[in-house]
Amino acid sequence: MITLSHYLILSAILFSIGLVGVYRRKNLLLLLFSTEILLNAVNIGFAAISKFYGDLTGQMFAFFIVAVAASEVAVGLGLMIVWYKRRGTLDIDSMQSMHG
Amino acid sequence: METYLYTALFAPLVGSLFAALFADKPKNLVTGIATSTLLFVSWISSVVLLLHVAHGEEVHVKLMDWIHAGGLVIPFGFIVDQVTATMMFVVTTVSAVVHVYSIGYMDHDKSFNRFFAWLSAFVFSMMVLVMSDNFAGLFIGWEGVGLCSWALIGFWYHKESASWAANEAFIMNRIADLGMLIGIFLIYWNFGSLQYDVVFEQVADKDHGLLMMVTAFLFIGAMGKSAQFPLHTWLADAMEGPTPVSALIHAATMVTAGVYLVIRANPLYSVVPEVSLFVASLGAFVAMFAASMALVNRDLKRIIAYSTLSQLGYMFVAAGVGAYWVALFHLMTHAFFKALLFLGAGNVMHAMDDELDIFKMGGLAKKMQWTMILMTIASVALAGIYPFAGFFSKDKILEAAFATDHYVLWTILWITAGLTAFYSFRLVMLVFFGEERYKIFGYHPHEAYRFMLWAMAPLAVLAVIAGFFEHSFVHMIEHVLPVEEHHISTFTFWTLIIVTQAIALGGIGFAVWKYSKGGFSKKWEETFIYQLLFNQYYIPKIYDEYICKPYGELSRIFWKDLDLKIVDATVDFIATTIYKSGMVSRVVQSGNLSNMLRWMGVGLLILLLAAIFYSPVR
Repeated sequence: MITLSHYLILSAILFSIGLVGVYRRKNLLLLLFSTEILLNAVNIGFAAISKFYGDLTGQMFAFFIVAVAASEVAVGLGLMIVWYKRRGTLDIDSMQSMHG
Repeated sequence: METYLYTALFAPLVGSLFAALFADKPKNLVTGIATSTLLFVSWISSVVLLLHVAHGEEVHVKLMDWIHAGGLVIPFGFIVDQVTATMMFVVTTVSAVVHVYSIGYMDHDKSFNRFFAWLSAFVFSMMVLVMSDNFAGLFIGWEGVGLCSWALIGFWYHKESASWAANEAFIMNRIADLGMLIGIFLIYWNFGSLQYDVVFEQVADKDHGLLMMVTAFLFIGAMGKSAQFPLHTWLADAMEGPTPVSALIHAATMVTAGVYLVIRANPLYSVVPEVSLFVASLGAFVAMFAASMALVNRDLKRIIAYSTLSQLGYMFVAAGVGAYWVALFHLMTHAFFKALLFLGAGNVMHAMDDELDIFKMGGLAKKMQWTMILMTIASVALAGIYPFAGFFSKDKILEAAFATDHYVLWTILWITAGLTAFYSFRLVMLVFFGEERYKIFGYHPHEAYRFMLWAMAPLAVLAVIAGFFEHSFVHMIEHVLPVEEHHISTFTFWTLIIVTQAIALGGIGFAVWKYSKGGFSKKWEETFIYQLLFNQYYIPKIYDEYICKPYGELSRIFWKDLDLKIVDATVDFIATTIYKSGMVSRVVQSGNLSNMLRWMGVGLLILLLAAIFYSPVR
């Protein structure tokens, strides 16, 4: 029997993976992937709790997040392509032109 | 009549503003003439108003609402009743004379225009003071004259002593004004209004203790402005200003504002005998105290200044024993002959290149005949000899003191009358007669301009004849001030007059006799009494030693120990802490995305922990 807890645990595991990815990766593209994982981990949580309470608000919210994530990827990838064409690298340590 | 009222009030202001336009320009005779003309216009309006109110009418106008906040309603209202009309007449007469005189006196001064701007501004403030129909307006005028007095005492501000004297006068007056302000607040809280008529109507049903506080605090204000002991030191130092200023402000008008206040508030004072007695006693004390200092002083203007102080004491005695109209009458006659005396002193100063020591003069009568005559008239009037103006008013004060059974006060005033006569003629003798000591010091005295002497003439005439208007004055003033018939027998009446005349004539005679023989010996100058009087009872020294110095020391402690070590240190500490924390934390801004994400994680963690441990819902 799969209960709400399983869904939430899955969501937590995915979120942790995403978080580690965001922190450890140096490649901007992978950073973007990790962000997608984070968002979708949250989506799973929203959908599961929505089903559990019989309230559609959570699922609606998940749809919004999907829509936002899609547009974010579109814009982000576009920027990254431009950046790669200019610099030939996506290593974030090389993006330090502003520091205190 | 309203038109005359506004003309009398605002003509000096227009003159002042006009002259102020040229304040930093070189001398321009037009400013002097324009301000004098406007003053003359104001004088005519005042005379018209005086004649109008003489038959018991009043002119009461409201210019506009001034303060209208909550329950506080103070209009810009002006009233011309008999008291105000008298004051207006005195103020405008003396001011007009002084303005014309100043054209000659300030002839060579490079700040000629600025002088007239301030002088006319003073007249305007004084008019506001006497014409206002409420205490708030009176206070505005009160502060206005204080300001103008400050600017005119310190007119030659490049002289250290002048700017010091100006500040002294200003600060001493502020101390007294605080008392007056408290009095005005008390009136507002307890009477609910500041209008004279509203306040005076309610006097009967107010608590005696309250009235005592109100009158006492108002009198503190009057003490400052009229330079009564212990706030008297500024008046003598105020002689640093130009002489026309001394004549107008520090003899004839501004210093009498305190007396005016007591006269104006007579419904309050007349129901509080304790405070009235204090007023009278202080007045008598100051009359004698100041006269004694005038006896030995060597400074021409300071002698006259002490004499002013002494005469103000006389006025306060009259007001204190309930003879308010006598106080006002003496105020008027005194204004005429004292202004004349000061203007004469101005002529002498000009002739002697601003030398003030009367022991360096002598025998000036030959060179300055007219000044001598004018000053002698003023001195005789001051001494109170029949038929000059001073006789009528001073005699009335003595009579009032005697008739109200204040025999001690009468005795003090009687002796003071003798002292007054003595020091007045000591001055005349030393300046105009005797050995021509000025030759030793190489002065070349000359008579003042003819028009200056002509300008003084009206004052001389008034100093002679003003006394004869006593009956018409009484007839006019009884509409607003209580005029009581004193019940003394004809015999006592004549005895009083003869006794007073005798001591005055005795004083004159002694001065003339003594100084025509060369004056007192040097030995006299070494006695303790002489030193005490010459050093003004050491009061300026005492103030300096026991008030100014400890205050200075206290201020130094507050500056060095409190301000620098605590206040400044705290502020500096906060600034350095923030600056240093910035230096330390700037490494956070590395610009590296991973690093920044980590910091974000740390922040998130802290917020989560805070949310868990400090959650309002447990």
